[in-house]
Amino acid sequence: MSEQTNFQAQSPGSAEIAARFPDLHPAFDKTAAVTEANRCLYCFDAPCTSACPTHIDVPRFIKKIASDNLEGSAKTILDANILGASCSRACPVEVLCEGACVMHRYNKQPIEIARLQRFAMDALHESGAPLPFSPGKDTGKSVALIGGGPASLACAAELRRRGIRAEIFDARPLPGGLNTYGIAEYKLPLAESLREIDLISQLGVEFHFNTTVDAAQLAALEASHDAVFLGMGLGAIHKLGIAGEEMQGVTNALDYIAGYKSGEITTAPQRVAVIGAGNTAIDAANAAVRLGAQEVHMVYRRGPEQMSAFAFEYEHAKQEGVKFLWHVKPTGLKGAGKVEALELAKLETTSDGSLVPQAGGEFSLPVDLIVLAIGQATHTDFLAGLDSQPSKVKLERGRILVDRATGQTSNPKYFAGGDCTNGGREVVDAVADGKRAGIGIAAWLEVK
Amino acid sequence: MPTLETTFAGIKCINPFWLASAPPTNCGEQIMRAFDAGWGGAVWKTIGAPITNVSSRYSSIDWNGQKMMGFNNIELISDRPTEVNLREIAEVKRRYPKNTVIASLMVESKRETWHDIVQRAEDAGADGLELNFGCPHGMSERGMGAAVGQVPEYCEQITGWVKEKARTPVIVKLTPNISDIRIPARAAKRAGADALSAINTINSITGIDLDTLEPRPMVDGKSSHGGYCGPAVKPIALNMVQQVMSDPNAALPMSGIGGIGSWQDAAEFILLGSGTVQVCTAAMHYGYRIVEDMADGLLAWMRRKGYETLDDFRGHSLPNMREWKNLNLNYKVVAHIHESKCIGCDLCYTACWDGAHQCIHLDRTLPAPNHFRTPDMVAAESRSRISTTPIPKLDLDGAGADGPYRTPLSRIPRVDEEECVGCNLCSLVCPVPECITMERIDTGLAPETWEERVAAGIVPQGVGHAGNPNL
Ligand SMILES: Cc1cc2nc3c(=O)[nH]c(=O)nc-3n(C[C@H](O)[C@H](O)[C@H](O)COP(=O)(O)OP(=O)(O)OC[C@H]3O[C@@H](n4cnc5c(N)ncnc54)[C@H](O)[C@@H]3O)c2cc1C
Ligand SMILES: Cc1cc2nc3c(=O)[nH]c(=O)nc-3n(C[C@H](O)[C@H](O)[C@H](O)COP(=O)(O)O)c2cc1C
Ligand code: SF4
Ligand code: SF4
Ligand code: SF4
Repeated sequence: MSEQTNFQAQSPGSAEIAARFPDLHPAFDKTAAVTEANRCLYCFDAPCTSACPTHIDVPRFIKKIASDNLEGSAKTILDANILGASCSRACPVEVLCEGACVMHRYNKQPIEIARLQRFAMDALHESGAPLPFSPGKDTGKSVALIGGGPASLACAAELRRRGIRAEIFDARPLPGGLNTYGIAEYKLPLAESLREIDLISQLGVEFHFNTTVDAAQLAALEASHDAVFLGMGLGAIHKLGIAGEEMQGVTNALDYIAGYKSGEITTAPQRVAVIGAGNTAIDAANAAVRLGAQEVHMVYRRGPEQMSAFAFEYEHAKQEGVKFLWHVKPTGLKGAGKVEALELAKLETTSDGSLVPQAGGEFSLPVDLIVLAIGQATHTDFLAGLDSQPSKVKLERGRILVDRATGQTSNPKYFAGGDCTNGGREVVDAVADGKRAGIGIAAWLEVK
Repeated sequence: MPTLETTFAGIKCINPFWLASAPPTNCGEQIMRAFDAGWGGAVWKTIGAPITNVSSRYSSIDWNGQKMMGFNNIELISDRPTEVNLREIAEVKRRYPKNTVIASLMVESKRETWHDIVQRAEDAGADGLELNFGCPHGMSERGMGAAVGQVPEYCEQITGWVKEKARTPVIVKLTPNISDIRIPARAAKRAGADALSAINTINSITGIDLDTLEPRPMVDGKSSHGGYCGPAVKPIALNMVQQVMSDPNAALPMSGIGGIGSWQDAAEFILLGSGTVQVCTAAMHYGYRIVEDMADGLLAWMRRKGYETLDDFRGHSLPNMREWKNLNLNYKVVAHIHESKCIGCDLCYTACWDGAHQCIHLDRTLPAPNHFRTPDMVAAESRSRISTTPIPKLDLDGAGADGPYRTPLSRIPRVDEEECVGCNLCSLVCPVPECITMERIDTGLAPETWEERVAAGIVPQGVGHAGNPNL
């Protein structure tokens, strides 16, 4: 059943993009890795492990690097987090494991956990060794997984290790979801995401690409499988809701980032404005700089204190040369066929805390490209039952409600995890959700 | 102003820092550079019978990223002709009359041969002689080195031959590869030795290449036991120096050797009775320049302590070494954790549970003290807790420690002082200086030793084998 996949070979990569987006955090060489590994105190019940959503046993894998047991180190990581390589590059470790490291309270630099994790994972990949796990004995059960992002991949791996058939359906031509198409290339190159999924597929995970599951297909899958896992992430970026948004030169961050990552976009025009101030907006702005834009502005209706991006991402954007326009709001788009300027209004806060336009605060910002990054919508329409049946699972503001320990939804046959349940967090959160759901499904199938 | 000048067995020394007989003292050119760097003396690389060395010769133990914590060699004595060594001794003494040059000697066990080499070394101008009865490999197979040092009668006989001829002080260098170092030391003293030096290197195998299965250092696929030295051997050397110096039948002026690399090491050897100290590995690792801080640091410490000369503190820790049976059994300390220093690594907790007496607990945030929660239960609870990436604004605000310290209270361990046996383990594993201190508890009992308990008939006298010299 485990036919050999080679997704990495299908990576549409471009040499130009690779040159423009080199590693933000370069890999360790062996001596540096061992020196850093030896610095770790080997804490008991380590706070770094608790802070990691997948609870990787950090001191254990680090000590295995120090003892030159790299195989064991990679296995320790993968046992807790099947996307250990992607996470080592993509995780916002400042607010996760490294943020929790006791070294902060010791007037010392925290242990560089992510770089050590990458070192162990790179060693495994370079050795060409197979995934250090094998599929469990066939149970005859099967699960359909909607979406092929981190949540579904982690869930599928747990299922396969327990001998349960895992069939993934994804709308895109390649697996990985935003892990493949969304993470900034200087953190996680598209090809690296695929390389890791090639390993996971050794467990015998089945993939169906270019398949957007709709209500009818969902009903069919529910009938033909013992359980369904929903891991379809979030949907499209919100619109601004002003005239001219369909004009040429207006795009959204998801398309923009997926475009450059797959080599379809390799240059940027002179002047770019990114609307929004979250992590996605920052990724889009940094990408525009690296693609050659001369002037990149981020436009946000509040101030830097309220931005939803992590502090270190804000610092990074400043270093890349991104400029910020705070307390302004887009009011219109100008251009004949193609966008030429963004109309903005300065905002002020009233006594009741609401934002209102400042009198006489209108101005215009000449631009060649506008990238919208004001949050992703949910896309759960297909969960509404066929023929005006009630929704398959209970939702709250578009998010699927789950029991966090097992991932089970209000409908016992349906489990869910990742961005579609948590409203959009990080890859590692999706992996943790998928892992818990995989274990939860197996437990439920056993007693059912 | 304190001084490092001292007199050792009648030899005037500008400071107590000597290079031990080893590669750093191979030739005159090296020794003159060492003297320029500040070394007070040098024991010449052992002069004697012609030899052939192997390659490779050294291996070492690295520990947690630190190189050469322990160092091992299978090298023999000087591979240079005796005439060359002697000519260079003369030259060094002519150019550095104030520095001490000791000739280390090892020849075959014949009276005339020893007489001859003693005469020639002294004629060359050596300030003293060191008899190498310690080399643990190669030379011992030819009846020299450790083969002499391990047999008290040979040690006494050869020392006697040397003393018949010598006009300068004779230092006997002891091998640690023996069960009681006092026995050869007493033999040397009986034969009239003027001083002792200890220790030479310890028999060792430093490791094995796990690809080829060949032990290190490797010579054409094979190895041989070597001599171990460097920081790892200091505790063994200190113990041996103390044993000799506390024994009136063995004690002589002592040149302490073994793992010395800092002024603190030197001070410790002097506190146990050494008059000078010798250094090899540290100089091989970092070069002659290390002596500057050894002198500077020792002087500063002497100033702080109010000592004018080395004699003001030499041997001052000897009275603080007792046999175990003379320690106060009613003295009690318990561990105390200073919460404001604790970083929450919980290493003390796991150490006390697995390696000591299960009296450190992680229960500060529980409703009541809980002595039955095992480390496995603590870890399992953490693993079952769901954590997610915090979103700025949403989750990070107000997330703080669960107590008054910078470390969350739930991670600061608590010592059950009733159960603590005062073993020290937790304070040794704690990475933060002065975070765990051992505090004295007043037991209200007068001091009492095991010996006193035996004398009072409270505990039975042990029964030994008849004639066991160790009892
Ligand atoms: C621009 C951007 C940058 C990011 N950067 C980082 C970062 O640096 N670090 C980090 O940890 N996280 C980052 N994230 C967040 C991270 O990518 C997500 O949290 C994670 O990918 C969520 O995984 P998921 O499996 O829940 O969903 P997704 O990764 O979104 O995967 C869902 C998959 O489901 C498919 N799908 C959706 N609907 C259907 C359907 N009806 N039928 C079939 N298939 C469907 C989609 O095509 C997609 O492949 C970023 C997100 C974005 C948008
Ligand atoms: C490579 C090497 C060669 C040595 N050769 C001799 C020697 O020829 N004669 C001798 O008495 N001791 C010799 N020793 C022992 C040293 O003089 C010294 O006693 C020992 O190394 C302990 O000191 P240290 O811990 O400072 O190195 C040698 C040691 C080493 C490392
Ligand atoms: S908290 Fe820091 S020092 Fe402690 S185990 Fe984790 S990485 Fe190592
Ligand atoms: S001194 Fe020993 S027994 Fe007491 S708390 Fe520390 S480790 Fe435990
Ligand atoms: S070892 Fe020291 S720093 Fe670590 S938890 Fe114990 S007292 Fe705190």
